[in-house]
Amino acid sequence: MMKDYEITTREIDINRLIQRVSRPQAGAVATFFGTVRGVTDGKRTLFLEYEAYGEMAEKKMEQIGMEILERYPEAGVAMIHRIGRLQVSEIVVAIAVSTPHRQDAFEACRYAIEQIKTIVPIWKKEYQEDGSFWVEGKDHDD
Amino acid sequence: MIKVRLFAGLAEAAGKRELEIPVEGRITAQELRRLLVVRYPNLGNLLKNSIVAVNQEYTDDRRWITDRDEVVMIPPVSGG
Repeated sequence: MMKDYEITTREIDINRLIQRVSRPQAGAVATFFGTVRGVTDGKRTLFLEYEAYGEMAEKKMEQIGMEILERYPEAGVAMIHRIGRLQVSEIVVAIAVSTPHRQDAFEACRYAIEQIKTIVPIWKKEYQEDGSFWVEGKDHDD
Repeated sequence: MIKVRLFAGLAEAAGKRELEIPVEGRITAQELRRLLVVRYPNLGNLLKNSIVAVNQEYTDDRRWITDRDEVVMIPPVSGG
């Protein structure tokens, strides 16, 4: 059974995520998938290693979901973040939001990923050809 | 004894996932941070940039902490 707010070590099943937010009152499902980028600041990424403070991370993702539900009471929200070693192009984080109308779904989905990157205790370590380092704070592309 | 869990860059720099600070009664998060820096000077900058989480909630430096609390130092997050 998949949780609505989940940290996982396994490959993310996006179809199951979308099923979690499927409901008759929804007229739109917006999704966001964050993937491992192969080049950062001109340097090739070999792979990323993610670590989470799992209990708190799931709690914080749920808090983000609750904030969305307060604003859009008819929304359906699910999010999942993967940890462990991830290869270039693999999905790291997936978010699905359903709402009666598309505008709200897009906005809520955007809000969710921005908040995940800001308050959820998850960290990534970047492995490049000439070394590795823990990434601090948000990506440059935010 | 207050146990402080570490993750990511902090755990790596410390070479372990938990630090112990001998404290009787209660101390503030600010005092805990200061004691950690004194005891583990090599973690100084990492500790200064971290937020204290108590019982899975971010706290400010005035928050009281006892040995019954779950305490974690949270470096700047980089998920997504």
